[in-house]
Amino acid sequence: MAAVTAETPSATRPLTAAVHGDRSMTSLAFLVVLWLCLAFGILVLAVLIVNTFLEGRERIDTTLFTNYTSQITPETAGARAAILGSAWVIGTTALLAIPIGVAAAAYLEEFASRKSRFAHFVELNVQNLAAVPAIIYGMLAAAAVVAIGIPRNTVIAGGIALALLILPVVIVATREALRAVPQEIRQASLALGATPMQTLQRQTLPAAVPGIATGTILALSRAIGEAAPLLLLGGLVFVKFDPNGLLSGFTTMPIQIFDWASRSQAAFQQVAAAASILLLFLVIGLNGVAIVIRNRYTTLR
Amino acid sequence: MKISRSGAPAALALVGALTLTACGGQQAGSDSAAGTAGAGAALSGTISSDGSSTVGPLTSAAAELFMTENTGVNITVGTSGTGGGFKKFCEGQTQVSNASRPIKDEEKAACDAKGIEYQEIVVANDALTVVANKDNGFLTCLTVEELKTLWEPAATGKVTTWNQVDPSFPSDDITLYGPGTDSGTFDYFTDEINGEEGASRTDYEPSEDDNVIVQGVSGDKNALGYFGFTYFEENADALKAIEVDSGKGCVAPSSETARDGSYAPLSRPLFIYIDKKAYASNAALKEFIGFYVENEAKVAEAARYIPLSEEQKKTAQDELTALG
Repeated sequence: MAAVTAETPSATRPLTAAVHGDRSMTSLAFLVVLWLCLAFGILVLAVLIVNTFLEGRERIDTTLFTNYTSQITPETAGARAAILGSAWVIGTTALLAIPIGVAAAAYLEEFASRKSRFAHFVELNVQNLAAVPAIIYGMLAAAAVVAIGIPRNTVIAGGIALALLILPVVIVATREALRAVPQEIRQASLALGATPMQTLQRQTLPAAVPGIATGTILALSRAIGEAAPLLLLGGLVFVKFDPNGLLSGFTTMPIQIFDWASRSQAAFQQVAAAASILLLFLVIGLNGVAIVIRNRYTTLR
Repeated sequence: MKISRSGAPAALALVGALTLTACGGQQAGSDSAAGTAGAGAALSGTISSDGSSTVGPLTSAAAELFMTENTGVNITVGTSGTGGGFKKFCEGQTQVSNASRPIKDEEKAACDAKGIEYQEIVVANDALTVVANKDNGFLTCLTVEELKTLWEPAATGKVTTWNQVDPSFPSDDITLYGPGTDSGTFDYFTDEINGEEGASRTDYEPSEDDNVIVQGVSGDKNALGYFGFTYFEENADALKAIEVDSGKGCVAPSSETARDGSYAPLSRPLFIYIDKKAYASNAALKEFIGFYVENEAKVAEAARYIPLSEEQKKTAQDELTALG
């Protein structure tokens, strides 16, 4: 197996080599520009994070998790309904997007003929959908759920909107993961008498799971920070109860932060900053999980 | 194939964790609009409202005060904008619609088509405040005509220095900040000042977030902006409110001048619209609206608006009595 899976050494030369290898002024100047671009991006991010942290640090306590939002006493407003709302919506998103996305990718990668017009059409659409602005998914989901008779501002409607949003990412990630599974595994499985479906179920898909998981978690961490499609669906800003089902009204963290940040009272700005930090850590945490899975996968290989 | 087994449980665990968190929520009232109240028994039920983000804080404040006394009632507030709110209201998805302007004819038609009858109630007053930088020496009072010269569509790209507004002003460049076109405040200002709703010069700095306008104006000596009175009150140390002259002399915005209407034409009432059928059938809704009007002063204070005058409050109470 080792011979099969060994990575071919990367052909691209690392940028640092330019200092030692190519000593022309142009390449050095280009290197400096690249470093400056990187520094600029990181600096802006750092300023933003430090600024938010300074503003919100006083409000990062247990009340942020246990209290509901409050108009009367913004000093004690919490994000409880928003945190649980995000969990419900993202859970629904995952349950919708992962099975559909993985199935679509498995079809395109393992079953569809390279010449199939239908597969080509689907593939083109997936690529186009990945570039569609998030709010369009909100409009699409709004129209879709109303058509099937579900009220717009419900957990399931939010889940559908976000699932549509991340579906292209899940499909692309899954295809990449499936493509990385060595062809020999499939051939061996087929040679031993397994059907193509059995090969997919028992060999190809399990081998691709780490890659799929990484891509899916990254997609979900994008969805968790998304406000625009949910605002369009009518995500609520004032909820003082926990969501209790797929047809429950909801608010999510980005929506709640958006609402707080637009208020005039300074106390709302503070709690908005505190909730932003919480969201930031959540996204970092999710990305961390993705990185851990990927690293485990690469080292074991 | 050992590797494959290690990833699958991790992915499953994540999905499971999300689902568990989601199911950890305590049970709350059903999502239906129906409310029930026995004689003397605690109220329960769900009331949903949506609409103007200007009025949202008022209804949120009223809901919060009401729910501390009636823990069985769940009231939710969304802020899709006045127009977006009416859309849901006329589809029967909400029982209360928050509005920073009266309902439009096409919205009425939409409600009629679905058989939704409604009652309009004034719940507070707002004053649009024109603000300038604290250090601005020449702006103290502007007439409605001068505001129009500044903000009308024809001013786009043409009226760029202050002496074009009034020859006695310096020739400094004008910087303008205002709400974006989705805002009820924008609709209201353009209607009152420029004579046509939505007609505005386009070369100003628009923002849906009034705090951006506060920051912009407080950072530029020659800037001017407009927004709700509460944002001015919150930032009175960094900004100065411009008096407005509608032909009867300069009037500064304040609770008094907004309530008695003398701060014309930029003071406005804020409304809620109630679904009459829901009001009759949902005891929680009826109690809530009664509470809302009864405690309007407390509500307006919490949401930083101007409370009703005695007369306005009496009208609102009479309207509710007439509903039965």
